Amino acid sequence: MNTVTPLDPWARFRAATRARIGLGRAGDALPTPALLDFQAAHAKARDAVHGAVDFDALAAAFPGREVVNVQSAAADRVTYLRRPDLGRRLEDGCRASLEKGDYDIAFVVADGLSAAAVADHAAALLNACLDRLSGWRVAPVVLARQGRVALGDDIGAALGARMVAVLIGERPGLSVANSLGVYLTWDPRPGRRDSERNCISNIHADGLDIDGAAKRLTGLMAEARRIRATGITLKEDAVRLEGPGGPSDALVADQRGQEA
Amino acid sequence: MSRFFATLGQTRHSFDSLSQVMACASPRRSGDELAGLAAQNDEQRVAARRVLADLPLAVFLDEPLVPYESDEVTRLICDSHDAGAFAPVASFTIGEFRDWLLSYAADSAALARLAPGLTPEMVAAVSKLMRNQDLIAVASKARVVTAFRTTIGLQGRLASRLQPNHPTDDPTGIAASTLDGLLFGMGDAVIGINPATDSVAASTTLLHLLDEVRERFAIPTQSCVLTHVTNSIQAIEQGAPVDLVFQSIAGTEAANAGFGVSLSILAEARDAALSLKRGTVGDNVMYFETGQGAALSADAHHGLDQQTVEARAYGVARAFSPLLVNTVVGFIGPEYLYDSKQIIRAGLEDHFCGKLLGVPMGVDVCYTNHAEADQDDMDALATLLAVAGVNFLIGVPGADDVMLNYQSLSYHDILGLRHQLGLRPAPEFESWLDRMGMVDSAGRLAPPEPLVRRLLTSEAGR
Repeated sequence: MNTVTPLDPWARFRAATRARIGLGRAGDALPTPALLDFQAAHAKARDAVHGAVDFDALAAAFPGREVVNVQSAAADRVTYLRRPDLGRRLEDGCRASLEKGDYDIAFVVADGLSAAAVADHAAALLNACLDRLSGWRVAPVVLARQGRVALGDDIGAALGARMVAVLIGERPGLSVANSLGVYLTWDPRPGRRDSERNCISNIHADGLDIDGAAKRLTGLMAEARRIRATGITLKEDAVRLEGPGGPSDALVADQRGQEA
Repeated sequence: MSRFFATLGQTRHSFDSLSQVMACASPRRSGDELAGLAAQNDEQRVAARRVLADLPLAVFLDEPLVPYESDEVTRLICDSHDAGAFAPVASFTIGEFRDWLLSYAADSAALARLAPGLTPEMVAAVSKLMRNQDLIAVASKARVVTAFRTTIGLQGRLASRLQPNHPTDDPTGIAASTLDGLLFGMGDAVIGINPATDSVAASTTLLHLLDEVRERFAIPTQSCVLTHVTNSIQAIEQGAPVDLVFQSIAGTEAANAGFGVSLSILAEARDAALSLKRGTVGDNVMYFETGQGAALSADAHHGLDQQTVEARAYGVARAFSPLLVNTVVGFIGPEYLYDSKQIIRAGLEDHFCGKLLGVPMGVDVCYTNHAEADQDDMDALATLLAVAGVNFLIGVPGADDVMLNYQSLSYHDILGLRHQLGLRPAPEFESWLDRMGMVDSAGRLAPPEPLVRRLLTSEAGR
């Protein structure tokens, strides 16, 4: 009997991906350890979908900045899951707290489908963006309970913002239950189509890091302001026509120059 | 004004429009309830089916469910309808049409001749009168064969899309998932990546990566980066190695606008891909994905139930002679298909409707973590579809897509189905597996230890 553990030929690749590669086979099926690993991850993800964001703790992460709490028309998680239309609309009682102003950008943090994503990454990303946006007129930070992406249209319109960035918890996968996404929409108002938005997804420890995400988002924002549009007309390539100093920074600076 | 009536027991049920009959006749699902279109109760549902069964199949030619004037998909469906092909079933009611489809007279050849005479609304209507068993029985007779570097859809074959997605498009990570899949005999339908970054530059990088892998191991298959169609057109202009052009599509002009596409953009993309002449055994160059709920989520469903509007997406697809079309059936979420019962039913409906219209249907047998479903349910749907003769299924490593955050089938699952049901890969790809020494004396793809080492050593030696 061979007692030597064979060299894992997949070892080199496992460092490059969290995909479940090289699992081995029991006949055609998954070996028992891989089968149970999968079931454990699925159980964790299902539990994560039903978690709740601590919005009070989140508000404390933006010292010196006005924070507004709102709720969508979906009263609870079960309604949220079955009625996305309600998650896209502001609860009527919340409108009064959103005062119209002269804003270049409004940021909305919504729980979406992963409370963990918002808890782990939203404050860091938003603060990293704010650091890069001196000269921009930024609306009060809006924290939205039971919110979907399009809730940002309603909020952005109420605030009178030229564009809205919605930071939202993405649907948990088996490998990652805390992935954050950002959707940027120019001239937000109810009825905007998904093709009129730009999306940055997979922001988490093993995906896009906070610094990279902040660079891309502020780069997209600058380009959106230049061409006065988001969506399929805003190609990410335009954001990356860079000098060595960092593409998005260059564009942001450019924009500021034009404004001054 | 009520136009349609049926009496069940003591209750007289009435329906105001053909669209309402269609919606109420659909098996219960959360998306129709969300849209406010579903039957109020089970009895009303059966009453709607009674009404539908007695309507002439030709009613949909006289009465488009979405206005001809305002929707280019309706215009496509009406203008391309082949009255000659329709003639053999032109006098049937929808109920009679169901019975004929199940009869021995409706064999593969008859269904192939009929396809250009059918509209999406006709096949959606008849599917609402069918049990799951009926959907399987009829679909298994409808073969739709397409080709590029492999031939897909032949009797006795089950192809697969190898989906090596990575959350940051890391080339080594993608190569690893690709090699893993090849060792399971996956990838004969396509090796197709959903890119994390939807740009021309990122897509071009991935296209070159896949093309190198394919060339290096001389694999007879096609690759695809599932980026927006306008990106693919630009990539082609810049000289990138594009085999298939991908696009998500839906069943109304407004829903397609939500995806940022129109029929003319799709035609432009197809011409661009054809101009490269990269196919060896065929020239089907398009790859489409669809899914029930897409139109409603874009608020572009025109009051149609989600299954009927999904069938219209296949009407769009067939106009572009695609190599591959698949529904992403459980991907869109529980607000459209709440649980495994609804997902399984929808998967069988989508496959049936596509095949009857002459579309080369595959299915992404899948679910999300906020739906009431698990891998046991996917086993059921995949097995049913394989029996129904599905052209291809999608496989990811260990059933876990680490980029799109949902569960599909594992490479293991598709290989297991092939062995269980005696289904083989696409012929060109099967020959390659044989040349690579991956097929054992019993014709199975056994665990390939020596080959793993050979391939991985060769990869490491780059």
